[in-house]
Amino acid sequence: MRTEFKLRARLRGIGDGIATALSVLSTILVILPLVAIFVYLLVRGARSVNLAFFTQIPKPVGEAGGGMANAVVGSAVLLGIASLLGVPIGIAGGVYLAEFGRGTKLANAIRFTADVLNGVPSIVVGIAAYALIVLPQGHFSALAGGVALAIMMVPTICRTTEEMLHMVPHAVREAALGLGVPNWRSVISITVKTASPGIITGCMLAFARVAGETAPLLFTALGNDFWSTSLNEPIAALPLQIYIYAQSPYDDWHRLAWAGALVLIVLIVLAVSLVRFVTSRGVLKGAS
Amino acid sequence: MGVGIEVNNLNAWYGANHTLQDITLNIPANHATALIGPSGCGKSTFVRCLNRMHETNPIARVTGVVRIGDIDIYKDTTPVEIRRRVGMVFQRPNPFPTMSIYDNVAAGLKLNGYSNRKSLDEIVEKSLKNSALWDEVKDELKKKSGASLSGGQQQRLCIARALAVDPEVLLMDEPASALDPVSTSKIEDLIFQLKSQYTIVIVTHNMQQAARVAEKTGFFLNGRMVEFDSTHKIFTNPSDKRTEDYITGRFG
Repeated sequence: MRTEFKLRARLRGIGDGIATALSVLSTILVILPLVAIFVYLLVRGARSVNLAFFTQIPKPVGEAGGGMANAVVGSAVLLGIASLLGVPIGIAGGVYLAEFGRGTKLANAIRFTADVLNGVPSIVVGIAAYALIVLPQGHFSALAGGVALAIMMVPTICRTTEEMLHMVPHAVREAALGLGVPNWRSVISITVKTASPGIITGCMLAFARVAGETAPLLFTALGNDFWSTSLNEPIAALPLQIYIYAQSPYDDWHRLAWAGALVLIVLIVLAVSLVRFVTSRGVLKGAS
Repeated sequence: MGVGIEVNNLNAWYGANHTLQDITLNIPANHATALIGPSGCGKSTFVRCLNRMHETNPIARVTGVVRIGDIDIYKDTTPVEIRRRVGMVFQRPNPFPTMSIYDNVAAGLKLNGYSNRKSLDEIVEKSLKNSALWDEVKDELKKKSGASLSGGQQQRLCIARALAVDPEVLLMDEPASALDPVSTSKIEDLIFQLKSQYTIVIVTHNMQQAARVAEKTGFFLNGRMVEFDSTHKIFTNPSDKRTEDYITGRFG
């Protein structure tokens, strides 16, 4: 080998090493905050997570013990409402943007609106839901909280659905049309189905994001120290409860707040994993 | 059974680009007809006009008359309906990636609301046998994804998928150009068997392929059809100088 080639090969080896090291470093930097938060929550909160946490409602000030059972259930109710409203609307919007409204003024307007809505501070979304539902009804409610969270989910789901549909190869659509399948049927049964893993990821991202939101619930779901699953009453939620307990002057409440934060993260991870597991069953060998 | 195709004065555009000019020809029933010509000569556009796939592109436009059997496809029917009678196999194998082999073949029927399990099973088996894929996949019909097959198998799967809806015409747009020689010869054998039951129109870059599988051959150049005749005549004694130049390899 000529010496200049050898030199170049060595330089390339060094360059390769640096690039690999940098990407490993970046990966660690991405994972580190999550691991750090989780470990810290375990250290501070794990001791207070016990059966009472999941079975009891908050005790009055001054009494020791109590749990956040109502907040766990409340969060589930709120997220249920938000998903029931936000997921179908978001997906349908994304399908319109990618498949039916391509290039139209309406689609461009929707896309722009979704992007702006994505950047609106969550407290503002809460105020909007307050004006839309709480004021006309005259009281705070789980419904209002769920709607506020749904409004936050829609733009994320809508835009990821659109992106994922754009990634479905043109050849797959042609195959369906070439078989004499009507366009609407091809969109639902072929294009959306092919893009569904990505769409589900988008829904999960939106879900995980709103699961921890406090601000949009302040003026809507309000929080509740007692049992309630009624959609028409104020309802407790884990993020709200954590917010209130963390600000309180009592050590006991601080411990419960740490436990609540830990439980919230674990529940989000569980919910996302469950959806992933359920939707990945039945996937065929070799399907990409 | 296949039906004949009559094309009269067909013109097609992509935007301002006049890609097909005054095409008139008769494609005989139950034969294989090959269309040859250099890249961009309009042969793909032509077959896409025969099942109205051309118009799926929003800037595309078409005029003229295409009769398939006794139906004027631009007047008497809808694109969806005509595509069930005129099947298409594309250049790159395009199985539905999320579906099993079975579902890929059954897709055309299932997506049109056909749901009789027992006869679906029969149709899937028959279509896979007709496309010479049955023996290779029969044990894993519902377990394996269509995308997990090799390129040549995928293309035969796409042929089975097209046959399952029982078309009268089969359009093939360079069906073997992305395949290796062994898979190519399997596809050609297949065309040979299928043409007794279907009218086949095959676009190809490969002149030997045209000579091997087709009774009739049309030569396209710059959006026009230069010559249409029996394959034997086109390859041994073409009437047009341009056809001769092309098949002897002087250009293209």
